Amino acid sequence: MVSGGVLCAIGLVAVIGPWISPNEYLTADFNNILRSPAFADGHVFGTDDLGRDLFVRTMMGVQVTFAVAIVASIVSLVIGVLYGATAGFVGGRVDAVMMRLVDTLYAMPFIFFVILLLVVFERNFLLIFVAIGAINWLDMARIVRGQTLSLREREFVQAAQLLGVSTPKIILRHIAPNLIGVVIVYVTLTIPQAILIESFLSFLGLGVQEPQTSLGKLVNDGTDQMEGAAWLLLIPATLLAVILLCFNFLGDGMRDLFDSRRSE
Amino acid sequence: MSLLEVRDLSIRYGDTAVVSSLSFSVSDGESVGLVGESGSGKTQTALAIMGLLPGNAIVGGSIAFDGREIVDAAERQLDRLRAERIGMVFQDPMQALNPYIPIGKQLRRVLLRHGISDGRKADQRVMHMLDRVGLPDPARQFRAYAHQLSGGMRQRVMIASALIADPDLLIADEPTTALDVTVQAQILELLERIREETALLLITHDLGIIAGHCERLLVIDNGRLAEEGPTRKLFSEPQSAHTRKLIDAAPRLDGVTRPAPAPAERVLETEAVSVSYAERRAELHAVLDLDLQLMAGETVAVVGESGSGKSSFVRAVLGLIPMRAGRVTFLGKDIAGPAKARAVEIRRDLQLVFQDPAGSLNPQLRIESIIAEPLSVHAPELDARGRQERVAEALQRVGLDEQLLTRFPHQLSGGQAQRAAIARALIVNPKVLVCDEAVAALDGSVRAQILDLLRREQEATGLAIVFISHDLAVVRSISHRVMVLYLGRLVELADCAAMFARPRHPYTRALLDAVPVPDPVSPGGKLSLGGEMPSIINPPPGCAFHPRCRFALPRCRTEPPRARQVGDARVACHRAEELEL
Amino acid sequence: MLRYTLRRLLGAIPTLFLVIVLAFLLVHAAPGGPFDDERALPAEIEANIAAAYHLDEPLPLQFLRYLGGVVRGDFGPSYSYRDYTVSELIGRSFPVSLQLGVLAMLLAAVTGVSLGVVAALRPNTALDKIVMGVAMTGISIPVFVIAPLLVLLLAVQLQWLPASWTGSESSSRLLLPVISLALPQIAYIARLTRASLIEVLSSDFIRTARAQGLGTAAIVRYHALKPAMLPVLSYMGPAVAAVLTGSVVVEEIFGIPGLGQLFVRGSLNRDYTLVLGVVIFYAALIVLLNLIVDLLYGAIDPRIRRR
Repeated sequence: MVSGGVLCAIGLVAVIGPWISPNEYLTADFNNILRSPAFADGHVFGTDDLGRDLFVRTMMGVQVTFAVAIVASIVSLVIGVLYGATAGFVGGRVDAVMMRLVDTLYAMPFIFFVILLLVVFERNFLLIFVAIGAINWLDMARIVRGQTLSLREREFVQAAQLLGVSTPKIILRHIAPNLIGVVIVYVTLTIPQAILIESFLSFLGLGVQEPQTSLGKLVNDGTDQMEGAAWLLLIPATLLAVILLCFNFLGDGMRDLFDSRRSE
Repeated sequence: MSLLEVRDLSIRYGDTAVVSSLSFSVSDGESVGLVGESGSGKTQTALAIMGLLPGNAIVGGSIAFDGREIVDAAERQLDRLRAERIGMVFQDPMQALNPYIPIGKQLRRVLLRHGISDGRKADQRVMHMLDRVGLPDPARQFRAYAHQLSGGMRQRVMIASALIADPDLLIADEPTTALDVTVQAQILELLERIREETALLLITHDLGIIAGHCERLLVIDNGRLAEEGPTRKLFSEPQSAHTRKLIDAAPRLDGVTRPAPAPAERVLETEAVSVSYAERRAELHAVLDLDLQLMAGETVAVVGESGSGKSSFVRAVLGLIPMRAGRVTFLGKDIAGPAKARAVEIRRDLQLVFQDPAGSLNPQLRIESIIAEPLSVHAPELDARGRQERVAEALQRVGLDEQLLTRFPHQLSGGQAQRAAIARALIVNPKVLVCDEAVAALDGSVRAQILDLLRREQEATGLAIVFISHDLAVVRSISHRVMVLYLGRLVELADCAAMFARPRHPYTRALLDAVPVPDPVSPGGKLSLGGEMPSIINPPPGCAFHPRCRFALPRCRTEPPRARQVGDARVACHRAEELEL
Repeated sequence: MLRYTLRRLLGAIPTLFLVIVLAFLLVHAAPGGPFDDERALPAEIEANIAAAYHLDEPLPLQFLRYLGGVVRGDFGPSYSYRDYTVSELIGRSFPVSLQLGVLAMLLAAVTGVSLGVVAALRPNTALDKIVMGVAMTGISIPVFVIAPLLVLLLAVQLQWLPASWTGSESSSRLLLPVISLALPQIAYIARLTRASLIEVLSSDFIRTARAQGLGTAAIVRYHALKPAMLPVLSYMGPAVAAVLTGSVVVEEIFGIPGLGQLFVRGSLNRDYTLVLGVVIFYAALIVLLNLIVDLLYGAIDPRIRRR
């Protein structure tokens, strides 16, 4: 729960930050390059090798990171849930085929395909979302399918079927509400995964492009400057780690919450 | 000097006391029964004696075994005690055995604890033990895994593992609850043999079992000792109200049966229904050729042990699983086929109540929505007020308080949940109600209430009931006619009173013999049937029952008997006329 | 057991096939060819080159030709490293990556499981919370953050270990890359082991073992450890995949001439055959590993073997 709070705080600052800061993230100020962090001159986090204020850039990075994470997670959520619920509910042959597909896809070194994709089609911002979503939906589909399958066998679903309740109503009233718990838990776990993937891609130079930035890209840039200006690496790295940590804690907390309710 | 001396035992979790001021003792070689309803603290007491309570349990009082204190003892001391002096058998052998290691090895490990490191000697002792508990072919079972054994065999293995160290005291916690009644009889007989050498603390909710196997009795109610004394005395002159309640609620085989109902229209009829499952190119016959006729206002019980096909039969009739052959008619109309394809009115008239009350109610919905759901399908014209009225009416019929409407299923007790399930089934005024082990998960007194409710409904509305159960005592109290199944085949179909008084099939006789009766003088629970029901993968040729039948003739091995009228009953046995059972 | 193995093997083939098809299509869908970056050549010579590399043939034919080669182990020539075939290149870089990967996995498995067991045996104590807290942090920090940070700390500031591969010949140059790769896995495996062991320890059959008087050590060693390892085992497949992807980053940062670096260079140079070869190679590795994991799973859990 603490993590929830921290995340919100970071999010808030990220959005508000660039507004209140007197500096522009685009402006290269060659008089001020590579200054270490100091409150006095207005560059709270210092500047980078082009004289751009690190604070603002970091906040922009956080914004982009959050945006990518959320959108990509939603994409994988939608695909995963639809796929998994269909497979689980329809069952039989259809389920077997769908799951075979998932298993096959699971075995593939996705990252490499994504890298390939991005290299081949020229770093396209939209493509990143699609790519990340394409990697993550597999897990969600599996979980949702498993849950749907076991729900289908639960007696209250059978009771509803026997009563004559129509199939769409069954899905809506009986199956869906019981899926929500599992889905929420997994969403809070896929978000950090999405962030990781995006950062990874950006680190390799395949993600967001100049002048935009994301945390991954900042870390990459920082690594290059590591020997002289350590703060350029440390600050975005720490921020990234903290964000991921918070999401992971959040996910864990949610999982505990839902597990205990279920076993009542 | 007592072997086990419990004084003022109390067990608490946080603020809730599960056991309070419990005192009793067990002497060398004695067999004592601990009886109570579920949640009364029996298992907690047993775990406390073994020192196996979870870490957050707060234990007060004293438990002394052979003079040595168990409460707050060091783990090592407890280990030694558990390894050498006290053994415990748990309720569900499937869960209680390690599924990843062959059972022989598991047993051998217990011996290793005793420093018997010689592999060969250990193996010999294990085999000897397996033989002693009546496991057929011990050499083969040594290498078998838990999931390859049947329920009865698994429980024997459990008992073997508890006895292999030659303990002074054996604690058995509901050892036969998960087993079929004929297998139960076998296990109880095994425990009888053990009684001669080991003290026994038998924990159960079943008074019938206690009556036949324990010299002394402890009745526990809500964590407190309600009464204690010699078994016979407790049954004939119970002092505490709780004891009396338990004895009254215990189903018996000699109570009054229901009078035959007035003749009425035939509501449901099945003809030669067969159900099979396809497994790896083989066809497994779960149900073979069953005929059933059900009249309005009548209850027909479908009785059988696990594997008898009773659930498959009923589910096929309801359209939940496909039938391989046969006809099902409802009020004269042919209704065979999947439930989804049936007309709405028919689905309204055939309702089902499941065994697990909590499982049959959607945990995310409130009771009110659950009970009202059928109305949205079968009475869509009702407005909100109309629905409310119908729900209130249904509540009254099942005796549920209005307050419960806003609660969720997990907030209801077992009995209340089952009433809610019944309310949901009855709200559309069906003609046939199928109860699939509907009271099996309920305690004695609650069970009696639900059965009462069903009887009243039937008499008031002419409801026809198909009652599936493995519990003959329950069946006797509620059915007009009884249908006994064995391996998916009809064995006997007769009037309830007539069948109990004079069974015509050897299997029915064995079933009746095996039922433990809460009467210390003639406790029933006799073992007259060895072995277990074969699996449908490999059904015996000829009469399916012949391998276990005392009266089998060569003919029974080759020719399956057809069900025919013998006296007032329909029986499938070649020797039905001549046998005096 | 044999049937189970065969069945799994057969199942792996369509997966590989799909990988090859997808990769092939993807690579050839790219705009631009492998020689675009170079000076524009007269049309004739371009045509000759195209013919020599079979680039002028229809796609399905190119695919079949390629497939035939793959089956024989021939991934074709590299477009960017002109004097080498892809197989040779892979052959040269793989051993390095293999060394790195194996060491990292071993480190991760041993350390992770040990930490997890220790934490599981003392749940909710300070020790447990500390271990799990550290583990949580380990998961939250991506490889490409850990590696530079470690380099910063241990190589630049403290000067204990070499910062790059080529800078020194000593085996201590292995340390940082291996640790960087292993850390997130250690964390994940520790958490997984702990959760799994705690769950197994609360099973009924463990209660039976305790009722039989077996002490904790005996119970863990004999009854609990094997089943508790099952989820960890299942994780090994994805773990290896993660280490493989991580190796791309680590190799870049430390300048290690391994497979990951090869892949990145190949992608940036549009070296089709190289990229294709590496992807297929990786996929085959993963499939093989998943197969081994499946077999081990069957060896531990007898209930699976019947299928």
